[in-house]
Amino acid sequence: MDKARGRIVIVGAGLAGLRAAETLRDEGFTGSLTVVGEEWHQPYDRPPLSKQVLTGFAAPDHTALPRLRPLDDVHWELGVPAKHLDRDANVVRLADGRELPYDRVLIATGVRTRPWPNEEEAALDGVLSVHAIDDAREVRERLAAKPKRVLVVGGGFTGSEVASVCCMLDVDVTLVERGPSPLSGALGGMVGSVAAEMQRGEGVDLRCGVSIDALLGDNGSLSGARLSDGSEVEADLAVVALGGIRNTEWLHDSGLAAGPLGVGCDAGMRAGTMSAMATDDVFVAGDVAVFPHVLYAYDRITLEHWKHAVVSAQIAAHNMLCAERERRPHVGVPSFWSIQFGVNIKSVGVPSVADHVVVAQGSTEQRRFAAAYGRQGQLVGAATFNGARWLEHYERLIASTAPFPPDLGEAEQATGATPVPADFPAPHPMTNQPTVLITGHSPTDLHVQRTVDGGNR
Amino acid sequence: MTELTLLQQAFEQESRPNPYPIFAEMRKTPVAAQPDGTYVVSTYDEIVTLLHDPRISSAGGPMGKSANAPFINADPPEHDRLRRLATSHFGPPHRPNLVAELEPWLQETVDGLIDKLDGKGEIDIVDDFAYPFPVSAICRILGVPREDEPKFHTWSENMIEALGARFSPGDHSDVFQRAMQAANDLAEYLGGLAEAHRKDPGDDIISGLVTDSGPDGRMDEKDVVATGRLLLIAGHETTVNLMTNGMLTLLRHPEQLERLRNEPGYAIPMIEELLRFEPPVQVVPNRVALADIELGGTTIPKGSHVVLAVASANRDERRYTDPDRFDPDRPEREHLGLGGGVHYCFGAPLARLEVQLALRTLARRLDNPRLLEDPPPYRPSPILRGPRHLRVQVDGILPA
Repeated sequence: MDKARGRIVIVGAGLAGLRAAETLRDEGFTGSLTVVGEEWHQPYDRPPLSKQVLTGFAAPDHTALPRLRPLDDVHWELGVPAKHLDRDANVVRLADGRELPYDRVLIATGVRTRPWPNEEEAALDGVLSVHAIDDAREVRERLAAKPKRVLVVGGGFTGSEVASVCCMLDVDVTLVERGPSPLSGALGGMVGSVAAEMQRGEGVDLRCGVSIDALLGDNGSLSGARLSDGSEVEADLAVVALGGIRNTEWLHDSGLAAGPLGVGCDAGMRAGTMSAMATDDVFVAGDVAVFPHVLYAYDRITLEHWKHAVVSAQIAAHNMLCAERERRPHVGVPSFWSIQFGVNIKSVGVPSVADHVVVAQGSTEQRRFAAAYGRQGQLVGAATFNGARWLEHYERLIASTAPFPPDLGEAEQATGATPVPADFPAPHPMTNQPTVLITGHSPTDLHVQRTVDGGNR
Repeated sequence: MTELTLLQQAFEQESRPNPYPIFAEMRKTPVAAQPDGTYVVSTYDEIVTLLHDPRISSAGGPMGKSANAPFINADPPEHDRLRRLATSHFGPPHRPNLVAELEPWLQETVDGLIDKLDGKGEIDIVDDFAYPFPVSAICRILGVPREDEPKFHTWSENMIEALGARFSPGDHSDVFQRAMQAANDLAEYLGGLAEAHRKDPGDDIISGLVTDSGPDGRMDEKDVVATGRLLLIAGHETTVNLMTNGMLTLLRHPEQLERLRNEPGYAIPMIEELLRFEPPVQVVPNRVALADIELGGTTIPKGSHVVLAVASANRDERRYTDPDRFDPDRPEREHLGLGGGVHYCFGAPLARLEVQLALRTLARRLDNPRLLEDPPPYRPSPILRGPRHLRVQVDGILPA
């Protein structure tokens, strides 16, 4: 088959979907190309939604992603989610019942924000999130109207950025984080405690080690929250930032290795099946992909990072078009950034797999430092607070599986820098692993069946 | 007489018009030990690696460690503090629009200088334009009276001469002597200026530095003088060369000059390509290894002086396709023409804007320009490299 022709459907119209479409055309795909997106909007950029959009610096409709090439010859199916992938009939079925036939399909459905679990409380006026553009717009409007107090639910990057915006806008803010400190999930307890000090110093009413028992309402509007330590917080706006849920439900009976963890694929972004076999015509990119990373003992990882969305999409698109020997692996060192409380936080590698961390350069007190993360004596990640220009050094070391702790000779070092436990929260046990049943009689002709739902309900 | 090393050959005055074939030879040994124990690094990947390596120091270079080194010769955290203080009077986040708001004035200055060429059949791009323009700009931004230019011009030349001298054979004590004297004279001059600005502050960087009350505290006077000295010299010596190298390159590629005339936005990729093709700073000479560093199959021993030949890296055939071709449309836009890492060019946004306006306007207003001398005569410095004169014949000057 001539791979430059045929029909390609990209499911997901975010950053990954857009960059994949561009790459397909750049690399000479001339067949029909359709991009399916659940939201009505053309692909837009999410990082500003918890930063510049909330401060009012950027208008929500100024977040459209720039096009790296004209895409006039792409068919956009926006405002309608995909509901089903039928790999026997080679069609993507949309929620409105229409079918899009394909020869190759790219899954780039990403994640959606995890809603507040109590539906009644979630429906209170003033309970919002910032994951999607329409939500961010509403949060911006409410922030501009000066709420009395904002309750931020969750101290990950998004929650911390929202709290930072509140401080910039002089709006009182309480941040509730179940873990010991903000950012501890991504950067561990040592760096998390620096973040905690930073937040308190900037005026955030930070409550760590507690959770929210209930969001309280008054006439249908949010009035506050009751915390697990028995205290109550008054608030008229809550921003829920509890992480994401991977959009894989539509693949439930596709036979793919798809579930709450994402869609399994190889490093070439080819989707795997439930029987742990590779497909030839289904590819995965972006937040929803679970892929093995050569730098991390080939462990499967997921990344919700901007650069990962771009690179995995470009690699998937390339591999959709080329011969087997020309396929490329997605093996780059991951990276992400955040800006909060006037501090530029950047990271390379995967700090969260580390067992130890060391402040290699600078001073945590001044919030200017580079922290290096190690696992069993190997450097696996690094994070900087206001020190991004050093990061390339650590990236190179990580890419060459350098030893941990890194030896900086007589270079500027943090005083008393000795490795301490990285202190990441224990991974959540999977409560609902898919249960499978192997059926058949001939050992060379067995089948894998799912017996219990993989946890998507 | 011993044979010259490749670096010494590249730095000979007769190599000045085209040192690139010698750099190509150097790249065969990406990390090369010199007879004096210095290491010269000439390839792209290796230089980028070192630019981000905290084990490479910019302090304690050939001039020795000094208490009041400007930030170009300092390491973190002192470097960061000094640079942050200077940045807060020059760019984001405190003065985000400073450079952009200068544009109308810069354009006026460009047009004013070109207006003066009317009626001349032969012009010198350097003396008539590329020198006076950036000098006016840096004087204004820094808060230095323009009429003092003849003074600091001489000081600047004497100091720059010393930058390159240590790489050529022979005794240079007179050169270093002159440079030291110039540095002292310039320091004294800037000290007086700082004092004047403290009493009567303006909207310039020196006034900002001497009246600062930001979170990092105020720069002490010796640091203000060191910073002023750095910015004054770097602010015009490099931009002059980028502008002149740019005009020379365009005159050698008439089709590019024609395209720029019709397509002002073309100046943006063109300047990036110029920074790659003819970088005004050819080598970064001031680094020292703080540990044994493994690089490119060699170990640079702790304590070694390290020279980063960025002009060579910019022509590295492993990084760029057809590296000796001037091609503003090339997909590989990254270059080392403005350095990298924590010492990345402080004045880059200003330099880019100045050169865009300069080349765009020269392209539009010079009627039928022709090079009278190719190669042109070059200034002596091998490190800050550029023509001393660029004589051009024109049919006339078109209106602004």
